[in-house]
Amino acid sequence: MAGIDYLTDPLQYDFMKRALVEVILMGAVTGAIGAYIVLRGLAFIGDALSHAIFPGIVIAFLLGQGIFFGALIFGILTSISIGIVSTSQRVKEDSAIGVLFAGSFALGIVLISSSKNFTRDLASFLFGNVLGVTTHDIVLSAIAGAVVIVLIAVFYRELLITSFDRAGAEAMGLPVLVLDLMLLVLISLTIVVSLRAVGNILVVAMLVTPAATARLLTDRLPVMIGLGALIGVVSGIVGLYVSYYNDVAAGGTIVLVATAAFGLAWLFAPNTGYVTTRVVKRRVAAGGPETTILFESPEIQQPHESA
Amino acid sequence: MIATTPVTVDHENCLVIRDLTVAYGRKVVLEGVQADIRRGQVVGVVGPNGGGKSTLLKAILGIVPAVSGSVMLFGKPADKCRSRIAYVPQREEVDWEFPVTVHDVVMMGRYPHTGWLRRNTANDRRIADEVLRQVDMAEYSGQQIGQLSGGQQQRVFIARALAQEGDVLLLDEPMSGIDASTQDIILRVIEEQSQAGKIILLATHDLVSASCACDCLCCVNERMVSYGPLAETYTSENLAATYGGPVIMLGRAGAPVPAHTHHTGDHTHHHLPGPERT
Repeated sequence: MAGIDYLTDPLQYDFMKRALVEVILMGAVTGAIGAYIVLRGLAFIGDALSHAIFPGIVIAFLLGQGIFFGALIFGILTSISIGIVSTSQRVKEDSAIGVLFAGSFALGIVLISSSKNFTRDLASFLFGNVLGVTTHDIVLSAIAGAVVIVLIAVFYRELLITSFDRAGAEAMGLPVLVLDLMLLVLISLTIVVSLRAVGNILVVAMLVTPAATARLLTDRLPVMIGLGALIGVVSGIVGLYVSYYNDVAAGGTIVLVATAAFGLAWLFAPNTGYVTTRVVKRRVAAGGPETTILFESPEIQQPHESA
Repeated sequence: MIATTPVTVDHENCLVIRDLTVAYGRKVVLEGVQADIRRGQVVGVVGPNGGGKSTLLKAILGIVPAVSGSVMLFGKPADKCRSRIAYVPQREEVDWEFPVTVHDVVMMGRYPHTGWLRRNTANDRRIADEVLRQVDMAEYSGQQIGQLSGGQQQRVFIARALAQEGDVLLLDEPMSGIDASTQDIILRVIEEQSQAGKIILLATHDLVSASCACDCLCCVNERMVSYGPLAETYTSENLAATYGGPVIMLGRAGAPVPAHTHHTGDHTHHHLPGPERT
């Protein structure tokens, strides 16, 4: 069957098998933790973290060490700096983060410009190189991904209460600053997992887009986390295949697929979609025989008086 | 006018606040708070916007930095027994679009009892159902919090505070932006909790509801202006001192009308001069 061949044909290459595993890991982890990034409005911080990690990758690369640990160390250092900076009252948080991440990104570019294969190396860091993934990379991604998923599950209630009602969480004695820091470190780990697949620049798309799509489709946090992971995985797989058959960059294609999914959800989500709500409004306005208007609250339930 | 506190205080049954001063950075936002609050007492914390009402509640919890003074609950530092203090934050501090159900929110109130890494038990769920009934919200258990009216959301937060089964209830502006039936329910809950021996502090800008619900007032305007029984503190002289300008007292039905009454009415809106901040 042609359909099956379409799916199995690329998998005759080991590099495609490895790439497939890598994008599945990346999609699941980014989609899951993305729920907290979307709900807490951390998109900018996620972007900042991914840029701030860049010099760590470059230094590790130039020293011939695994970029995984270089990125992780810089990610944790940056998380702590953001945590400390955000408690200061003098500097506005977003300015401080902007200064921090642009500065470290510049440092990374200056450092990598000393490399012989400057352009090629830079491109693979910035835009990902999922076809060059090694088994070693996959093992590290799997471990980091597992750490993220396990910690999200274990501290589910703590993250839920802190994200929903910070003052209430503090009042209950939850260590909100420690939880914030943990979340930032988990985001750093997630970015490291995603670097090979989509690269430094587009990581933020995977941190935000699948989870934002899931948010449009559900009102339940556990569902949002699971659905975000699913959308991330599907975007990864579809994007990888599309890029294989059209010979285009895998990272960019994966992000485009995720963006398309978001667009569809934004237009057609059952309760919130732009088109869906308009159609419902028109039906209500037309006053069709099957239309029932339900008031959510008994307090505002009033008889309609037409003039 | 500062009401004299009783010389002998039963510290084992009181929330005792001594010389409490709070500062953000070098800016002092509240100073000189002194109060002994017994079990069953309902204290209204009143004063102008930015006068330190919310700050006082947060200082009792120990989540804003107290530069001096102490808050002791039943003889122990209050910030060491936060699980016994249930707190309803101001509406503005909560993300109402967050994807949680009414049941999820009430279950958060059980968190101080279950703690890290434990799951909610059948008993926790039973308590959640029970407190939702107390605020007439049982049938909304599975609803999204964002789909409720402001009054219903406030009732869910009151239920969450009740689910915590603490000894102290701190309510920050629970009467703002709610409907009349919610106001009745909140007043009823305060009454019941007071009779059950809970200590209740109610921060409000609404002097009328404060005078209905409370038996003591704690008047603050960057410092504590006065603390004492309603009869001593709900007077135009004292409130003028609190708000920093003349106060027109409007009476309320079924209650003793303090001096300088100009008008009588059930629901009155006070516009009181004072520093407008926060």
